[in-house]
Amino acid sequence: MALTDDDVRRVAELVRIRLDETEVKPLGEELSRIFSWIEALREVDVAGVAPMTSVVEMQLREREDAVTDGNCPDRILSNAPMAEDGHFVVPRVIE
Amino acid sequence: MTGPRTIVGATGDWELAIGLEVHAQVTTQSKLFSGAATAFGAAANAQVSLVDAAMPGMLPVINRAAVDQAVRTGLALGAEINRFSVFDRKNYFYPDLPQGYQISQYRHPIVGAGELRIDMPDGRTRVVGIERLHLEQDAGKLVHDRSATGSHVDLNRAGIPLMEIVSRPDLRDWEEAGAYLRKLRALLRAIGSCDGNMEQGSLRADANVSVRRPGAPLGTRCEIKNLNSVRFLMRAIETEAGRQVALLEAGDTVRQETRLYDPQRNETRAMRSKEDAHDYRYFPDPDLVPLQLSESRIERLRDSLPELPDETRERLIRDYRLTPYDASVLVADPDAPRFFEAAAQDRSGKRVANWIVTNLFGALNEAGRTLAESPVSAPDLGQLVGLIDDGTISDRIARDVFDEMFRTGASPQSIVDARGLRQIQDTDAIDAAIDAALAANPGQLDQYRAGKTKVLGWFVGQVMKATRGQANPGLVNERLRQKLGGDGEA
Amino acid sequence: MPSDLARLGVAEAADRLAAGDCSAVELVEACIAAQEAARDLNAVVVDTAERARAAAVHADQRRQRNEARPLEGIPVAVKDIFCTEGVATTACSRILDGFVPEYESTVSARLWDAGAILVGKTNMDEFAMGSSNETSRCGPVRNPWSPVNGPSLVPGGSSGGSAAVVAASTVPAALGTDTGGSIRQPASFCGVVGLKPTYGRCSRWGIIAFASSLDQAGPLTRSVADAALILEHIAGFDPRDSTSADLAVPDLHTALQADVKGLRVGIPSEYRLDSLPGSISDLWEQGIAWFRDAGAELRDVSLPHTRYALPAYYIVAPAEASANLARYDGVRFGARSMGADPDELYTRTRRDGFGEEVRRRIMIGGYVLSEGYYDAYYLRAQQVRTRIAEDFRQAFQDVDVLLTPTTPSPAFPEGAKTDDPLAMYVNDIFTVPASLAGLPAISVPAGLDEDGLPLGLQLVGRAFDEVTLLQAATILEDAAGTFRPPAAAA
Repeated sequence: MALTDDDVRRVAELVRIRLDETEVKPLGEELSRIFSWIEALREVDVAGVAPMTSVVEMQLREREDAVTDGNCPDRILSNAPMAEDGHFVVPRVIE
Repeated sequence: MTGPRTIVGATGDWELAIGLEVHAQVTTQSKLFSGAATAFGAAANAQVSLVDAAMPGMLPVINRAAVDQAVRTGLALGAEINRFSVFDRKNYFYPDLPQGYQISQYRHPIVGAGELRIDMPDGRTRVVGIERLHLEQDAGKLVHDRSATGSHVDLNRAGIPLMEIVSRPDLRDWEEAGAYLRKLRALLRAIGSCDGNMEQGSLRADANVSVRRPGAPLGTRCEIKNLNSVRFLMRAIETEAGRQVALLEAGDTVRQETRLYDPQRNETRAMRSKEDAHDYRYFPDPDLVPLQLSESRIERLRDSLPELPDETRERLIRDYRLTPYDASVLVADPDAPRFFEAAAQDRSGKRVANWIVTNLFGALNEAGRTLAESPVSAPDLGQLVGLIDDGTISDRIARDVFDEMFRTGASPQSIVDARGLRQIQDTDAIDAAIDAALAANPGQLDQYRAGKTKVLGWFVGQVMKATRGQANPGLVNERLRQKLGGDGEA
Repeated sequence: MPSDLARLGVAEAADRLAAGDCSAVELVEACIAAQEAARDLNAVVVDTAERARAAAVHADQRRQRNEARPLEGIPVAVKDIFCTEGVATTACSRILDGFVPEYESTVSARLWDAGAILVGKTNMDEFAMGSSNETSRCGPVRNPWSPVNGPSLVPGGSSGGSAAVVAASTVPAALGTDTGGSIRQPASFCGVVGLKPTYGRCSRWGIIAFASSLDQAGPLTRSVADAALILEHIAGFDPRDSTSADLAVPDLHTALQADVKGLRVGIPSEYRLDSLPGSISDLWEQGIAWFRDAGAELRDVSLPHTRYALPAYYIVAPAEASANLARYDGVRFGARSMGADPDELYTRTRRDGFGEEVRRRIMIGGYVLSEGYYDAYYLRAQQVRTRIAEDFRQAFQDVDVLLTPTTPSPAFPEGAKTDDPLAMYVNDIFTVPASLAGLPAISVPAGLDEDGLPLGLQLVGRAFDEVTLLQAATILEDAAGTFRPPAAAA
């Protein structure tokens, strides 16, 4: 399975990691090598096999509906690279 | 009966196909996956837990009440309840989405296919298919105009439980879309799974709109995001359909895209965000195992449902002989059936319904109030109708009395008494007024006698005028006929 | 002799403290001094000496008041992936520069609640992605077994720092996390005991997530009994983690005394790789003989899908990681590289903040989840995972534990595999299958190779049967003895 340059650019864009144009080809080759190794999975007969959804047998636990958290804006904002007036700040968003 | 509206273009008619994705905030105290509060209007980032802010190592734990309400809503929509459902991560980057993914349900939603019936003013009834209902987290809020530094992020809404209710593209015009949203809101409010408050964002709709020639397959659709009132929804759809028709008639094509509606300019425009964002890379959230629902839990939730709007509607038609339309309008407001039944005790139900639908709703709408805030109480409205029923006041006088009730909150009886509006039932007084009217208008009397029987009505008007509307019109009619010797019988 | 105190195990130190033979202050000072002396290992990335000293004073006071808790005064080092309240936590990634959690992970909090004292956050592969500790932004860790004046050997990874501090006897115990072998492989490379509990046994709350369906916290110690003792205090149900098992934690420490006659030990034939170095296959044979001598019953078992475990892991783990690491976006915490718009903020922050291996895995994860590839990669990998779990279930019908080598090689020199991701990934070939199935597994030091480097053997147990696993591990330990690096032995 070989990744094209466009595959590499597309995925980098999806996961929001900046990529220099010179890095595209070597990264694509490296990923292609990894994917050709992963291809081994195609040998496995998985017809009718349920994908694993829960590592150990368990029921989804549900909590009661009660306010037990929050009301701590200082703790929420204490690590913010930029905060202003009780808000996080990001570069201006145009919708 | 008329059908759904079409758009009449330069080259012929176009039909619309509309599907709605409604986001309804589930009525809960705390968030879908954290214990932070959901109340509206808190200070910025005050209702945010470490989980909602997606701090490293934080994990989601689901709120039982949100699950229950989703199931109840599914049951109320007559939908299939999936015994096995899965929470997926929907991956995309946006400053209001702290985790970098939204926990939603994609491949296995909690509720499958159902339906919602809508009643149109022209008497048509339509059954709109519901494709699915799933639970998901809301995102935070961006504030763009507070700072020169950049946009501000408030995460109070982040993690609030939403039900996304997806309809099939069964809606044929904006009137139907409006009726659907109103009906859905009534249903959610009736069962208490969502407060339906569109101003506070508890209920929002995305509309998928496409146009086609009659009978042709579905056209390319555009999605209009975040419509937060029924009126905007309807106008946005009408506007968008018009835009698409204009494009197609000019030989262009419609591009599938996400658009925003600008109510000020009454137009839609494409969102700037990139289309690549639509590869959401859904996969089951490994922090949560699949949700399994037992039969006993589903039955318990079914038992917890109140009378549903459609059931109320049928009962109102059956027990009070209401017109289907009046009954539909009443059930569209979850407070209205109770109001109606309180007012309709021992009165003409039909007349009470008509007064609510026409006069009370009209006045409330004009005043920007809800039924819960009505200055006219249900017993007072009932009393007003009672005064009409027993002939104490006429319909016309009743309208004046109602206006004063709405203005002052006074009871109809006290208004009638204070202003002396009681109808004149005294035949002597009426006879005197009739005699005066006949004497003063010999010309009209001659016309009548010459066979122009319509003049009878004119005389009734004269008598009513002379009595400042207080004469009982039925009585005036009856006495006039007697006086004119029955020769004017129509 | 302070350095002697640092060489004590957990149980021994607890006994000495209880007997009043030494104070917590002395013990903590000894560990701080030992860490200082071992600074060239680069195993500790956050120095918490001041805090530890204060805690030791407090521990001694409690003991004087007869309020000593089970681990009162026991120093423990913690991998920098556990969020520690008020203590910088970066998972050895630039992107978390400056991050100081406002919260304490459940597992570490339980240790402190039992009286243990934090003495340093240990080095690790960035976000636990690596098998040699070389992806850390804090630089590589030197394996204490590296030849004096010789090239640095890697300690394994990702919990390389935790394995190194325990091997160097600067602390009695350390916490690590294991996703595909990140506790067991470094334990093997450093000649210490490393235990990965059953998935769900220890809470993941407050542990920086790598791959949510695989991550488990566990102890690294110099004896099996110490591993049992630490596990007993960190394990248990946590309502804040939806994947935490609501099961009582057995009294592991005393269970170790039980008789193990008749223990059935399985030898999976698929682990007999042609490429396995002779020293490792010899050691494995030796282990089999030790069990036979101890009265265990040896059985050959088959785990037919073993060879697919590594490729499946390299789909599932990166996929989960790609979403788990989406929250590192420069908005709410950590490092930020500014941009003109949010997308530029993200792409620059993540480019600058993540190291090469982390970026590579995020790319792999993004790719296998992207449209058109989900079924072929992610879904298939999860199906293969089901198969692998079935293999184990089948095998555990006939045996109580499985015995395998921990790693396919001893510790290798720094830089030997950094250019070849696949060569690095193969390090986890024996540890990954149990991770995929969520099973408990332990690496026990079993011998030295011809170069005098430690080698571990791995035992894999049934889900939630840590008792049998640890009992089997004591058989190995009793037969093999314990191992200390020559430098530390001096």
